[in-house]
Amino acid sequence: MNAHPQQRHLEESASFDAGVLEYIRQATQCGLYEIRGMGAKRRLPTFDDLVFLTASASRYPLEGYREQCSSRTVLGTRFAERPIELEIPVTIAGMSFGSLSASAKDALGRAASEMGTSTTTGDGGMTPEERRSSKTLVYQCLPSRYGFNPDDLRQADAVEIVIGQGAKPGGGGMLLGQKVSPRVAGMRTLPEGIDQRSACRHPDWTGPDDLAIKIQELREITDWEIPVYVKMGATRVFDDVKLAVKAGADVVVIDGMQGGTAATQHIYIEHAGIPTLAALPQAVAALEEMDMLGEVGLIISGGIRTGADVAKALALGADAVSIGQAALIALGCNNRCHHDGNDWVDVDDDYGQLETAPGFCHHCHSGRCPVGIATQDPDLERRLLPEVAAAWVKNYLQVLAMEVTTMARACGKSDVHHLEREDLVALTVESAAMAGVPLAGTSWIPGAD
Amino acid sequence: MTASRDFDLAEMSVRELNEFLHRELPELVDVSQGASIHDDDPLTRINVFNPNGGHSIAAGLDCAVEVEIHGHAGYFIAGMNKQARVTVHGNVGWSVAENMMSGEVRVKGHASESAAASMHGGLAVIEGDASSRCGISLKGGRVVVAGNVGHFSAFMAQAGTMIVCGDAGANLGDSLYEAVIYVGGKIHGLGADAREEPMETSDVEAVRSLLSEADVEGDPETFRRVASARSLYHWNADAHQEY
Repeated sequence: MNAHPQQRHLEESASFDAGVLEYIRQATQCGLYEIRGMGAKRRLPTFDDLVFLTASASRYPLEGYREQCSSRTVLGTRFAERPIELEIPVTIAGMSFGSLSASAKDALGRAASEMGTSTTTGDGGMTPEERRSSKTLVYQCLPSRYGFNPDDLRQADAVEIVIGQGAKPGGGGMLLGQKVSPRVAGMRTLPEGIDQRSACRHPDWTGPDDLAIKIQELREITDWEIPVYVKMGATRVFDDVKLAVKAGADVVVIDGMQGGTAATQHIYIEHAGIPTLAALPQAVAALEEMDMLGEVGLIISGGIRTGADVAKALALGADAVSIGQAALIALGCNNRCHHDGNDWVDVDDDYGQLETAPGFCHHCHSGRCPVGIATQDPDLERRLLPEVAAAWVKNYLQVLAMEVTTMARACGKSDVHHLEREDLVALTVESAAMAGVPLAGTSWIPGAD
Repeated sequence: MTASRDFDLAEMSVRELNEFLHRELPELVDVSQGASIHDDDPLTRINVFNPNGGHSIAAGLDCAVEVEIHGHAGYFIAGMNKQARVTVHGNVGWSVAENMMSGEVRVKGHASESAAASMHGGLAVIEGDASSRCGISLKGGRVVVAGNVGHFSAFMAQAGTMIVCGDAGANLGDSLYEAVIYVGGKIHGLGADAREEPMETSDVEAVRSLLSEADVEGDPETFRRVASARSLYHWNADAHQEY
């Protein structure tokens, strides 16, 4: 005799839970791995697992509303004649025209310029719109070299050699055919509408010894005027940073596994690289061992969301952070509505057509972005008004800057770059081990000698 | 009248040479007017002596001038060149003429790996052999190799034309887009999505014209054409490792 339904206990398999079942079902139907945008969705140790030991009797705070706290940030002082000078330690990460609409790039540039910080090009070259709107623009040199040319290089404020990114370290770029519009195809010298999968290695150099010569070439072409950044996905961070420094980088950019992408294989996003929290102390340790901390700039990225994240990153030794997904969310990514200049317009149905919903969307790869950010469709792109969206991003950057200076003052610092590791403790054993700071309430740093 | 100027890299650095080429040289050359903006004769030729395997010599030029490098040179010679005609009287290391936009780069000897990598325009001529990945990521322009090329040459080449008068190593034209390759010698294997196609009359004429422009000997009638089958332009789950 069957048990009454209300008494039946259904036990989900921990190994084969609903997500895994769906993964296998999808595989059986498609025969192709999942490709999607955004970053890792799994739960990871983050900066949330750290807290500040702000001032009390043993430390002297600054007045939060009266005393100045500098957030000025200078990057690329090692070799370049014209280092990058920023008003805030938050930069906009490289995101391509192609993955993003021209309007989105334009809006990011306007917001960054208003806040005195930099934006970065992406795989596909530099658009006139972003050059015009970005006071300080970092020009990426990627393995694909799409649209890469000496004229744009000379009008860049810095050049960033991209070895990898946190969402897909070891993998190449990807832009599916629905986003390879005539303009995108023209900039990349590709046939319109093809699925563009770019190389994961640079065409003209391979190992770190070659990288040194490549950096020298870029310096020669730009007459040693602009800084050379080297960006890497966070994997073997300690060794990689040392090699980049030895190769002559002015600035090293480390992108943790929470870093986003417009399109890549799910297996990269969730299963490659290490968390940003774990990567940053390794990068700092490498610079310290080479006695290059402060001489070679360090930018950390991958899942930076709040002023608290920024402050903690600086305290752990970063000179600046870079934001990508957070900047897109500030533009309206995953909003239920877009703004037409007068009013909000509900686009929930458009999310539904992508079989997702606001707050859950990672369909940048589809080119059908309901809010006009990650698309090349002219009708969809019109949903993002650069002047409106730029104001949102500017406000968001302003909040980040206000929060980090607020926290710095509370720690007794008159400069956000004076935040230090000693200001932090960890709430979990694993974050204490990764960050190299004591577990809260103890003097214990797991793994420390 | 024209003028030339000599530079000796035994007595000055590559950086000093390149700074002259970028900053002072354009003011000394004005081809459109047939005279420099100064009263002197226009400077049309630069001689570089004792390159001694130096890297990045004459990189980043943007000026209609002839640069003669007398000896063997290192990596990234004439990188990102625009307008200039650069000749190396010797061998070169990796990535000669990488990302060239226009002009001409000629190597009288052999070239190491990745010659003309990611080139967008202009003419690159290797009078000897080129090593592996010659013409990798090619985005336009013309590449002529009088000798052989190594494996994975024209890998992911997107546009432009490459002529190999000798033999081509394995995986020629792997993941080709719209670039076209002509090979006069033996092909040791084609890469994914590359295929041999019939030589049409227009192809023979294209080879003849390009050999003439490059001043390289060869019988256009004996060349074979390699281009993309375009079967990997869109995701094909059954292609497995072919990508």
